[in-house]
Amino acid sequence: MAYVAVKGGERAITNAHAWLAETRRGNPAVPELSVAQIREQMQLAVDRVMAEGSCHDPELAALAIKQARGDLPEAIFLLRAYRTTLPRFGASVPVETEHMAVQRRVSAAFKDIPGGQVLGPTFDYTHRLLDFKLAAEGGVPAAAPVADETMPAAMPTIASVFAQEGLLETPAVAEDAPEPFDLTREPMAFPAARDQRLQALARGDEGFLLSLAYSSQRGWGSTHPLCGEIRMGNVSVGFVPEELGFEIEIADVTMTECLMLSGFASLDGELPQYTTGYGLTFGHNERKAMSMAIVDRALRAAELGEEVVAPCQDSEFVLYHSDTVEASGFVQHLKLPHYVDFQADLLFLRRLRKEQAAARAAAATTDAMKEAAE
Amino acid sequence: MTAPPTTPNAPANSEERYYNYAYLDEQTKRMIRRAILKALAVPGYQVPFGSREMPVPYGWGTGGIQLTAAIIGPDDVYKCIDQGADDTTNAVSIRRFFATVADVATTEDTGAATIIQSRHRIPERPLEDGQVMVFQVPQPEPLRGLEPRETETRAMHAYAEYGLQYVSLYENISAFGRIAGGAGYPVLIDERYLMSPSPIPKFDNPKMDMCPAILLFGAGREKRIYAVPPYTRVRSLDFEDYPFEVQSWEQCCALCAATDSYLDEVVLDDQNNRMFVCSDSNHCATRRAQGHAGPMAGHSLAHLDEEPAQ
Repeated sequence: MAYVAVKGGERAITNAHAWLAETRRGNPAVPELSVAQIREQMQLAVDRVMAEGSCHDPELAALAIKQARGDLPEAIFLLRAYRTTLPRFGASVPVETEHMAVQRRVSAAFKDIPGGQVLGPTFDYTHRLLDFKLAAEGGVPAAAPVADETMPAAMPTIASVFAQEGLLETPAVAEDAPEPFDLTREPMAFPAARDQRLQALARGDEGFLLSLAYSSQRGWGSTHPLCGEIRMGNVSVGFVPEELGFEIEIADVTMTECLMLSGFASLDGELPQYTTGYGLTFGHNERKAMSMAIVDRALRAAELGEEVVAPCQDSEFVLYHSDTVEASGFVQHLKLPHYVDFQADLLFLRRLRKEQAAARAAAATTDAMKEAAE
Repeated sequence: MTAPPTTPNAPANSEERYYNYAYLDEQTKRMIRRAILKALAVPGYQVPFGSREMPVPYGWGTGGIQLTAAIIGPDDVYKCIDQGADDTTNAVSIRRFFATVADVATTEDTGAATIIQSRHRIPERPLEDGQVMVFQVPQPEPLRGLEPRETETRAMHAYAEYGLQYVSLYENISAFGRIAGGAGYPVLIDERYLMSPSPIPKFDNPKMDMCPAILLFGAGREKRIYAVPPYTRVRSLDFEDYPFEVQSWEQCCALCAATDSYLDEVVLDDQNNRMFVCSDSNHCATRRAQGHAGPMAGHSLAHLDEEPAQ
């Protein structure tokens, strides 16, 4: 009987979890995936989980993917729930992406730029043909050929190309900038400044941001984006421990950064300049970084004197609905029993139908009497 | 069934615990307690707080769990219900969480509990002085269905500008002949702040008025805490000519014959046979133990809640 199913006790929960564990493992005759295999061979899944999980730890992200049976939003949730329990001992100094050890860097704005176009390990220009050899053989592919020239240690950014002419808006670097907003400690607040917005977008669901960026491209709050630069590679993370008083390097992380050039504006009485949108994610994730940059720029509409007409320009709409963990939890909470509320609805609907049926019957009787009288 | 408070298996020694007492770290608990104090000081006002990610999903009680975690201590006796019942899966899951992370005694007996966490119901047994009722809240903003923007609704609360809500109730009357809204019916707290009572049926609204217990409301995903201090006026909105009314049934509880409790409708088969039973499982079991018997007393449903408690 259905009612018994919703009245699940502790035993039912325990048994369900045992079944889940069994299902996660799949056919025991097939060798088990190791966390190291996921970390090494499903790197982009690991990258996405770290980015939206707001926690750079490939080992834990890979574990989360394994535990979540490959469901990335579930893995992101696992990593977030772990992250929130960690003690905080401080904030890193800002990473310097201009000093990135670049693996990939392309600009769509110029045919060639200082440092050159570097394709790196990309799906771009692959033909999307299923590689059946991969299913049959696997093995270790031949090493990619190494270039004759080494790349410059610091690849000039697209901003530096424009710097002489002042064609590109260049946000001032404030030495005494306040601590950035932290959404993991403070609730969302409006109007949202750019630090809060960028944090929300960096943690935001890739699919949601992709669709918003796409909607902007199709004219729902267009920002006329041009990919100024996208770069992916390793940056070092510096930290100044209070006990030492000087910066030490604590990590080397892969990041993807995107600068979108987007329409002209005269800011603060300056000559017209390109305005920009910015995207930055952990790991290698160009789809996310580009989407983020387009949405960041779209959300600057009010600041740049543009009319807010489309969803992607609306801070409350975008920022309140971009979080995977919040959205997934709330949509799926509809699985919880709601029979008390439903009973209230049923009572109301039945009473309404009874009253209206009675009213119609009464009206029909009156009509019949009128006809009989005529 | 009125089970005596049970003490769960505590870890052999506290070093085996991977997390802080009651899961949250002490700094977070203090942050939440400050928000609770502010909420009690400004009844019905939604206090923003730095809600944390919890090990259960948003929408599944993260606000209520954070409130409980911030106020619970080893001497508390904890009760957790969902839809009025102690044995619904999510209530079982949350109760087990606190039994594990807070080494706290749990009970199904409403009268024996010091903290009662609930989703969608207030127990039938009147709450008492010294008890704390913790509500899980999916949407703390009573005006959200009428105005999607938080910036707007905050201004509406600041100016106590609730005309839109009254217009909505009036539109119900013109459409349906009466005020609709069976659950989450808006209330005015101490004649100042409009408040969502969480999706409890409006049947439960009168229980909040001048209630001796502390009523705490937690919305984890929306990051808001609000409260009704003891002995505060809680008025359900209505009109002079369309007074507030609560749900009523033609039947009594099929198991315990109660005529004054909120009833769940249980579908028995596909031949339109139904039975109505108390939503408050502890209330029903207590009455049955006292000898009350409804028309279907002894039905197999009556034995469901006799599954051994954890």
